[in-house]
Amino acid sequence: MTGWTKVLEGVLAAVAALAFAAPAQAQKEIVIGLQCDRTGPTQNVGLFLCPGYHDYIALVNSKGGVEGTKIKAIEIDNEYKVPPAVEAYERHKKEGAVLIGLYGTPQTQALTQRLTEDKIPGTAPGFGTAAAADGKKFPFVFPIAATYWSQGAGAVEFAKKQLGGSLKDKKIAYVFYDNPAGKEPLPILEDLAKLEGFEMRTFAVPPPGVELGAQVIDITQRFRPDFVITHLFGRSPSVSIKELKRAGYPLNKVVALVWGATEADIEAAGGWAAAEGYYAIQFAGVGSDYPVIKEIAAMHKAQGKDAPPKEMASTVLYNRGVLIAAIHVEGIRNAIKAKGNANITPEDVKRGLESIKGFTLGGLVPPLEITAADHEGGGWVQIFQAKGGKWVQATEWFRAYPEVLKKHLASGG
Amino acid sequence: MFHRESGYYKTTYAADMALFPLPIARHAIAAILVLLVFVPLALHEYYVSILNLILVASVGALGLNILVGYAGQISIGHAAFMSVGAYTAANLATRLDLPFWITLPAGGLMAAAIGAVVGIPSLRIKGLYLAIATLAGQLIIEWTINHVPWISGGVQASIQVPRPSLFGKQLNTQHELYGFLLFFAIVAVIGTLNLVRSRIGRAFIAIRDQDIAAEIIGINIFRYKLLAFAISSFYAGVTGVLYTYYLGIANYEQFTLVTSIDYLAMIIIGGLGSVLGSILGAIFVTLLPIVIRLAMESWGAFLFGGADINNLIPSMRLTLFGALIIVFLVVEPEGLNRLWRNVRSYFRIWPFSH
Repeated sequence: MTGWTKVLEGVLAAVAALAFAAPAQAQKEIVIGLQCDRTGPTQNVGLFLCPGYHDYIALVNSKGGVEGTKIKAIEIDNEYKVPPAVEAYERHKKEGAVLIGLYGTPQTQALTQRLTEDKIPGTAPGFGTAAAADGKKFPFVFPIAATYWSQGAGAVEFAKKQLGGSLKDKKIAYVFYDNPAGKEPLPILEDLAKLEGFEMRTFAVPPPGVELGAQVIDITQRFRPDFVITHLFGRSPSVSIKELKRAGYPLNKVVALVWGATEADIEAAGGWAAAEGYYAIQFAGVGSDYPVIKEIAAMHKAQGKDAPPKEMASTVLYNRGVLIAAIHVEGIRNAIKAKGNANITPEDVKRGLESIKGFTLGGLVPPLEITAADHEGGGWVQIFQAKGGKWVQATEWFRAYPEVLKKHLASGG
Repeated sequence: MFHRESGYYKTTYAADMALFPLPIARHAIAAILVLLVFVPLALHEYYVSILNLILVASVGALGLNILVGYAGQISIGHAAFMSVGAYTAANLATRLDLPFWITLPAGGLMAAAIGAVVGIPSLRIKGLYLAIATLAGQLIIEWTINHVPWISGGVQASIQVPRPSLFGKQLNTQHELYGFLLFFAIVAVIGTLNLVRSRIGRAFIAIRDQDIAAEIIGINIFRYKLLAFAISSFYAGVTGVLYTYYLGIANYEQFTLVTSIDYLAMIIIGGLGSVLGSILGAIFVTLLPIVIRLAMESWGAFLFGGADINNLIPSMRLTLFGALIIVFLVVEPEGLNRLWRNVRSYFRIWPFSH
């Protein structure tokens, strides 16, 4: 088809849309505002996560919507900058969004107070502060997925299991991106080091973290840890895999937190064979072996597309997008059920999110239990291992050291 | 506006020194002020929020323009001075419960002090070399805030700040905050207009045009270069404080190198060495991506297929934004301010071409 016929078709579609605009408005839609970053520094995440989000919403709509009401997700790209995020939020509010999908840590911070004042719930999985898990202090911010605190605790518990059930007198290296997000798990890890009696040493990696040679030599030659926990972003995780491998450190003694856990990191580190054994923490299920992913693929096929969209191949990030969308939809479903009709307010959706329980989407979503006090839903994580060309599940969903986390949450971080 | 004097009629010093010597200019400014104060009352919150972003950006752009446009020194560490102001105000507001009319100048002054220190290399180096020296300033300030919990308030390096209150009333909504921001933006504009025609401003311009010549005619280069850095950083610090109160949080991750570059873009597009240019630049850089997105949302769907649109809008937005900057700068390398002046001088003698 040439460009002009496409334009002509577009004009016809516009005329048709105008002609039928009036009756279409009668069918009320529920609006969700989604912020994304497809052009900024975290586009490697946004480009895969956000399509996953939209695909799940499309799947729900193709089945008639939530309790009979269609959902409209308006996406705005914030370029990982704060002023566009503020503008995007106000735009979503103007469109009548009942729920905001936040994107980016500084953006989440900048909008926290606004959300509370406007009483609109916002979700920030993998972003923002761990302290926001406390729904009493942050009533309108929902981490909905394991925070860095829970991930750090999960990594320690996993190390404990791998090292034979005790960490007494063991040595653990914590390699982190030297920014607030990278430093966030530190207080938890320090506490656990005392509790479990292991020696922890921290190795800061200054952004952008593409040069880890010195740290890795320090780790492997001088400190010689029994286990390494890495918490890196962007290109950095792949560099860490490469360097640790080159230094001869066994990769099955390494576990990465969620932003060093994608297929792309493994590819960039030199492929699956090079990264064999590397462990990574996930807050959403990985792989295409879930009923919902198959349904989405079937939906694409029914729409006449030959191949599923290329984003689906990056299952780690794509599935996270699906998880976020699924929790949004569940929150809205609960709100509609509680209210009895589809005229829900943002506060109804907040209560809807706070009553999510036992919703696992065939294993892609952890057994969350979000309550008014716990907006994290328990802090469930799952660990996967790079093995034979794909991520292989290494543990079931688990939550580690809840009492330690509770203590930190109570003291407000 | 399209006006000029037919002769020289000033008989008093006061008339000669007036900011806007002609009645028509005064009326025009008064009309603009009335519009600025009253029109937003009728606007939806969303549009007011965009105006707010523009107001804050204008203050920062004005400050940077004093340094780059008037004094001829380059700085790519402007965002770091904003974070200095932001954290100073946030600490004062949360630890000592001080109101904004103390924290705001305090944030500005702290940024000015640090800015003057970062400006010291400007005494020996110029141009690209100075750019790199100020880049170092940016990185050092970022590192310090990240690593000193006493400043940053903890591992997260963010401090929640209560919104400003005036006569016991807390300013929460976009409309209320608009009033707050507009006041400081107007003060910043008047301050800059007066600064650049004062002894200090003329000294800056002399240094910019030829610093050796400036030194020979008796301008203390050491003093005025540092003063340029200090004043510019003061504006930046105030911008940081305004952001802090507007967002309710101080967070250094929003004041990165990219932000410094954004502000440089504003003044280059707007016009170096011009007050109006700074404001036009702030409007252009803030508004253009929004307008492009609205246009793409309205018409983009007719040209491109469904799911791709989410990828295309942000990409087209960046591409068009870059292309328009090039177009504007090719049409008028001296920026939007010069473009406006060209239009004005064309209409002054219209319909006669000479």
